[in-house]
Amino acid sequence: MNLTLNIWRQKNNADKGGFREYKVSDVSKDMSFLEMLDVLNEQLAGKGEDPVHFDHDCREGICGMCSLYINGKPHGPLQTTTCQLHMRSFNDGETITIEPWRAKAFPVVKDLVVDRSAFDRIIQAGGYVSVNTGGVPDANEIPIPKKIADEAFDAATCIGCGACVAACKNASAMLFTSAKVSQLALLPQGQVERKERAEKMIAQMDAEGFGACTNTGACEAECPKGISITNIARMNREYFSAVVSSENV
Amino acid sequence: MSWVSKTLSSTLGRKLLMALTGLFLIIFLIGHVSGNTLLFKNDGGEAFNIYAKFMTTNPAVKILSYLTYISVLAHVVYSIILTRHNKSARPVAYANSKASTNSAWTSRNMGVLGTIILIFLVIHLQGFWYKMHWGDIPMVTYAGEQYKDLYSIVFFAFQSELLVGLYVLSMVFLGLHLSHGFESAFQTLGLNHVKYSPAIKKLGLAFSIIVPALFASMPLYIYFMN
Repeated sequence: MNLTLNIWRQKNNADKGGFREYKVSDVSKDMSFLEMLDVLNEQLAGKGEDPVHFDHDCREGICGMCSLYINGKPHGPLQTTTCQLHMRSFNDGETITIEPWRAKAFPVVKDLVVDRSAFDRIIQAGGYVSVNTGGVPDANEIPIPKKIADEAFDAATCIGCGACVAACKNASAMLFTSAKVSQLALLPQGQVERKERAEKMIAQMDAEGFGACTNTGACEAECPKGISITNIARMNREYFSAVVSSENV
Repeated sequence: MSWVSKTLSSTLGRKLLMALTGLFLIIFLIGHVSGNTLLFKNDGGEAFNIYAKFMTTNPAVKILSYLTYISVLAHVVYSIILTRHNKSARPVAYANSKASTNSAWTSRNMGVLGTIILIFLVIHLQGFWYKMHWGDIPMVTYAGEQYKDLYSIVFFAFQSELLVGLYVLSMVFLGLHLSHGFESAFQTLGLNHVKYSPAIKKLGLAFSIIVPALFASMPLYIYFMN
């Protein structure tokens, strides 16, 4: 396949940035999207040009490091991570627009790389269990109904890639935060810090400058892990019941 | 800052206020549309005028109407605060965005729909509510008691094609606003449940069609009755 790539280039956070057009030829349909970008970067390096910077790590769809807003959608046309997207999802001769995640809370570091440490700070605010849980417990030692365990696990599959923020018209981090709040609120280990967690994580989410939720459902539709917005409803319940009943005046 | 003001200035607190005022206004719509069906009664407006007097003089209704004014005001003010905040959360827009593939147009344009409804509301209140309270209104007498003849004002107003068209069109926008707002309010309150959410969705859709359609039928009825 021969492709035209319209890629956002930005030297650093202070730079204004802009789109640049690149041509790549002889792209195999079996290449992953990131491999196609590797080919482009090899070409650029050969010509002595600065390669296009983009985030990636495991390339197995589990680490949450890859991003990219491809042709108007986070992680491109499929509901998966960019590293699991293949060139067979595109047509020969197509122009592909590649942009970084756009959010005030995710400042551009360079080109397509954004700083997602705002998510880390939300987790640091309360997305943990601080009691010592010891070694691996025997199966069924802690009684948790299968359905609840599954629900908690579903929430825990969030890889923190930020596609929810990228997809949301308000750049809201509610799906991410709600998945992290839910995963611990559902399990017995999370009960001790339950109220404090909801209050602190949401306060941090606001402090980072993410937008509010309009319940459009765009995040759920684009999440590569299929995290449901029922988690957002749960987070709202957790937060409202925490603020009225906690002793944090 | 006290915990109450801190909560109400958080994104979730502001959304809570949007949901609660929105739901209150939905309840108001039920009352408003039910009472106004008296316009369909073929009695020269007697039942409607008696109802209008009750609605403007009864002390319990007065309390409810003040709550409605506060709800409208809070719904508008908080929507402005939230919209400004949401816009600032994405300072650089996407060059290419396919939002239509992941969300409904109505859900992404609640602010636009709300603004249109607000403009309609100003015209609507100026035309009837203001006149009823402080305007020059002809009087009628039923069973020895004097009543303001609001019916004649309504009847006269809806002889204009322009106003009838404006009302019908505005109700389309109200329906679109409600089609997202109804279920969205429940989601914001955290009321998302496998048993009830599908019913809430269906109820919201039915409400957003039936109530605006009933409202729109009133000016149409008066216009074509003549």
